[in-house]
Amino acid sequence: MGKVGIIGVGQSAFVRGYPGSIRELAFEGFKEGMQDAQITTKDIDASVICSAPEYDKQRSPAGVFAEYFGLTPQPTFYVETLCSSSSMGVRLAYSLIKAGLHDVIAVVGFQKMSEISSAESQERMGRGADIQWESPFGTMMPAYYAMYARAHMAKYGTTSDDLALIRVKAATYGQINEKAVYRKAVTFEMFSDPESPMSNPVASPLRVGDCCANADGSSCVIVANEEKAKALCKKPVWILGLGAASTAVNMAGRDMFTGLTVGEQAGEQAYKMAGVTAKDIDVAEVHDCFTIAEMMAYENLGFAKPGEGKELIKGKETYKEGSIPVNVDGGLLSKGHPIGATGGSQVRTIVLQLRGEAGEMQVKDPEIGLVHNIGGVGLYGNVTILGR
Amino acid sequence: MGKEKKKVDDRFKKFGTVTFTSITKINDFIDKLEQGKIMGTKCKECGLVFFPPRADCYQCFKSDMEWFEVTGKGKLISFSKLEFAPVGFGDDLPYAIALLDYGDYKVFGRIAGDVPEDEVEVGMEMVTVSNTLPSGQLNYVFQKA
Repeated sequence: MGKVGIIGVGQSAFVRGYPGSIRELAFEGFKEGMQDAQITTKDIDASVICSAPEYDKQRSPAGVFAEYFGLTPQPTFYVETLCSSSSMGVRLAYSLIKAGLHDVIAVVGFQKMSEISSAESQERMGRGADIQWESPFGTMMPAYYAMYARAHMAKYGTTSDDLALIRVKAATYGQINEKAVYRKAVTFEMFSDPESPMSNPVASPLRVGDCCANADGSSCVIVANEEKAKALCKKPVWILGLGAASTAVNMAGRDMFTGLTVGEQAGEQAYKMAGVTAKDIDVAEVHDCFTIAEMMAYENLGFAKPGEGKELIKGKETYKEGSIPVNVDGGLLSKGHPIGATGGSQVRTIVLQLRGEAGEMQVKDPEIGLVHNIGGVGLYGNVTILGR
Repeated sequence: MGKEKKKVDDRFKKFGTVTFTSITKINDFIDKLEQGKIMGTKCKECGLVFFPPRADCYQCFKSDMEWFEVTGKGKLISFSKLEFAPVGFGDDLPYAIALLDYGDYKVFGRIAGDVPEDEVEVGMEMVTVSNTLPSGQLNYVFQKA
């Protein structure tokens, strides 16, 4: 079997309150992916639609989108692993192509979070955890990740200041990413300024500045077998490695609280499959739904030893000019996190980087890139390694 | 043969500030909680211990469990105090969620409202006690050992 490549990527702008329906939102990402690939709907022989459920009324969006995209009568699949849905969608596309069932597949992720209030959204997201044994205590995503932050601080001496540096980096690039929802600067001083919303506590020890921005958005990744990729695309980016893992949904069923086992395991699988190590990665997108999540990703992916993630950010090693640039598109923190669209958007960023088309965000001549995408509170993990 | 309306065993709806599950095979957990006991389950066949309790054992595929009581001290793994709450939990604010390590199992819950935040630290010993919320709903909370 040959290689599997990515021949087109697209995403909508990530915005608050998208003025349209979910099919129209999804079409924006799809259209850009198709235009990037310079192909027509006749070239696509299956679609994979990805989102987290319960943000909108539409049940089974795959069929609805397939029609709106002009992708009927080709088969369509719906994939859901919360915030990592579209990375899992890329994994499904890869396996369908490897199995020989399809040649070219459009993976479209979307989420329109603004259909419900922020408190309702927290309730929905909280129910992505254990609804029988945890949600009745009043859980929400920031509080779960805050527990990881507290444990990391207790074990390794990581501080809130270290976490703030990650947000400052994200905002540095959010300002130059025209598709980001949060385009403003965030300074280190804002975290200690009671006048700044960034300093407001959300769930101790995490503050507003430690949390990603909810957004509406869509993304698209066009995946093809080697023959089609070479025939249709001048600069295909190849999928070199894939990893995926799951763990106990309830905190009580876990053993590690200073990192995410799913990130570590998915990373190990992807490195092994690609035949590379952490040292070979030139640019990375990691799942920074909260600042602590990026810190843990540094360590879980082997960019830093456990407990030493803070040295990477203090030394600015994860900035564009550093030894391992991470989230130089603003990340989930500033670019925004429209759940089902996030993984595809991360893949898009790495593909543009590897093609040398990332504009102001371009890292110098990267050959191998990595995407780390987490679903729920470390419930699902996907790592995808891409190369030129 | 008279038609008798089947009675639904929805005892679990009493669990937590807002409940999302009412029917489960381990509904007896609620009766024990009403008696002030926090119980887990242990597989009679293979001895695997579960907290939270479950009806089915994934190791031996038997569904024959016995109850055991969560007793003694657990070590605080981590906690977070919430300043915002999901829909339905606003009246409880502020409250802290936490996780205790009992060695063979762990317990996720809330820290008791009367424990001052500055007296809580990772690694400290705490105990799990049953709790009745102002609404009459039941849960369990952690107190200083």
